[in-house]
Amino acid sequence: MADDLFNSFMNGPDEKGRFGIHGGRFVSETLMPLILELEQQYEHAKTDESFWKEMDFLWKHYVGRPSPLYFAERLTEELGGAKVYMKRDELNHTGAHKINNVLGQIILARRMGKTRIIAETGAGQHGVATATVCAKFGLKCVVYMGAHDVERQQPNVFRMKLLGAEVVPVTSGRGTLKDAMNDALRDWVTNVRDTFYCIGTVAGPHPYPAMVRDFQAIIGKETREQMHEAEGRNPDTIIAAIGGGSNAMGLFYPFLDDKEVNIIGVEAGGKGVNDKMEHCASLTGGRPGVLHGNRTYLLQDEDGQILEGFSISAGLDYPGIGPEHAWLHDIGRAQYVAITDREALAAFQECCRLEGIIPALEPSHALAHVMKIAPDLPRDHIICMNMCGRGDKDIFTVAKHLGVEMG
Amino acid sequence: MTRIDAKFAELRKKGRKAFVSYIMAGDPDTERSTAVLKGLPAAGVDIIELGLPFTDPMADGETIQLAGQRALEGGMTLKKTLAMVRDFREGDNTTPIVLMGYYNPIYSHGVDQFLTDAREAGIDGLIVVDLPPEEDEELCIPAQAAGLNFIRLATPTTDDARLPKVLQNTSGFVYYVSITGITGAAAAQAGDVGPEVARIKAATDLPVIVGFGIRTPDTAQAIASTADGCVVGSAIVAEMASGKPVEEVLAFVKSLADGAHRA
Repeated sequence: MADDLFNSFMNGPDEKGRFGIHGGRFVSETLMPLILELEQQYEHAKTDESFWKEMDFLWKHYVGRPSPLYFAERLTEELGGAKVYMKRDELNHTGAHKINNVLGQIILARRMGKTRIIAETGAGQHGVATATVCAKFGLKCVVYMGAHDVERQQPNVFRMKLLGAEVVPVTSGRGTLKDAMNDALRDWVTNVRDTFYCIGTVAGPHPYPAMVRDFQAIIGKETREQMHEAEGRNPDTIIAAIGGGSNAMGLFYPFLDDKEVNIIGVEAGGKGVNDKMEHCASLTGGRPGVLHGNRTYLLQDEDGQILEGFSISAGLDYPGIGPEHAWLHDIGRAQYVAITDREALAAFQECCRLEGIIPALEPSHALAHVMKIAPDLPRDHIICMNMCGRGDKDIFTVAKHLGVEMG
Repeated sequence: MTRIDAKFAELRKKGRKAFVSYIMAGDPDTERSTAVLKGLPAAGVDIIELGLPFTDPMADGETIQLAGQRALEGGMTLKKTLAMVRDFREGDNTTPIVLMGYYNPIYSHGVDQFLTDAREAGIDGLIVVDLPPEEDEELCIPAQAAGLNFIRLATPTTDDARLPKVLQNTSGFVYYVSITGITGAAAAQAGDVGPEVARIKAATDLPVIVGFGIRTPDTAQAIASTADGCVVGSAIVAEMASGKPVEEVLAFVKSLADGAHRA
């Protein structure tokens, strides 16, 4: 643990919502009072036992938590080095970690008397999770999704509609995840009285990055307990994939003060981190800037115009990254690497073949990095990666890349 | 005293309302937007808001989003926007210009360098949509120290408790956003705007200008009469987007200015 509170890595953000220079509240005046109210309500809920009691109940009975911690025996044998564990958040209801956070925000929204929920989504996982919880509570749900993503993620679009959500294809800008977030913010600015904006990742204006992290931190808390049960100690290395960074922040946060634990975030390297920007690696290939309410590392040109990322995985396809990751990168507490589409695809197939688990393309990036480093680590070294989503949604994309024709 | 302060002193003396117009730098191209920019004072525009294009204008409606995209596709940048202002200043040293946009291009340029370059180019004030008072140290305070006005938006969600905070480091004028929404949305009713403007004026000596949703000379007149003036943006940008010749766009601007000046 940390030597004292002053040295803790877990105290952020400060009262201005900053993690070092990152974070903050860069929103228009219309939204500012809403964000301040949200902060106040969240601060209250955070220490309210009944709030967490409700969360725990639904996590257990609706989501299916705790998710298992699984020793990947054949993968470990094949790699011939470190012991590989997987935190199985892909087994959650709706198939990914996203619902951990959605549940928290929707319970908060209900307490605030909001009746209309809006969300942005890229691959559709956050949209599906939001539509799901809204259906459960009978709330109106509007999901903004880039027109391009609507086309390539038809099954998730249909799921959201079945769940009663309205899916709005976003054609502004280039019709991608960042444009969906712009349109969600435009909706919020217009419907300030009854609407709650349920952000899907650890980004956006304060308090979102901290709030989403706190809801996702259940991943790391469970991992610690389960690892102590299985191995009697902390893992040596924890690894997670990063788009905005919510599953990673959820796994990392409870371990930040355990200085012996190596923390590695894996960004989407697309076709390779080069000057052609055919990747989504904001930390590896971007620089600090301000977008969507926070300062963080962004893919941008020299004029400060935001660039589109590129990745095989629609869930990692975002030109920014959560501000807490940006800070952990600056101070060196976590290490950030990039994995290419090709490497992720290979890991995807290995995982299917060796473990009988079809992973989403997002955690396939984390797994690819595990496969890179595990062989050179001693057999008593324990790695835990976050299997944050299942791959059902990705089989068409994978088939296409493997040259397989599917109906 | 900036050109903005001088302009309001002059308008007060004449007993006239201010007409403020917005165009996007570089939309649809540098040549046409420069021609319109240079024609605005003669069309009756008292203060010019010049839009700085940004890829992700989260407070703007479709009209201004598309204008920004056209400008960026045409190669417009922060540096070229400042060059447009320098060019304008060669023929006009009195009409105030307010640069309006989002923070990232400015942050990317470097705040200190930007303030030096903006002043040197002849910019008088800044409206940066995504910098609320909570982030004053970023640009607002340095800008005032550099002699530029920092104009803040007040909105229907800015309640009485928050208003002093919004007004605290504001200078030049206060821009009252008459609706909760994005640019180009439906117009506010003059009857609703009046009490809101009175509420703001009770808390500041600065002029209050009302914008968002004004598209016709009559609305310009009605809204301007409730305040110290009004702003029109999307309606003018839409005229330019429809491909009308510069003279026609300016004639439309003049009709709006006349409306506001009748107030």
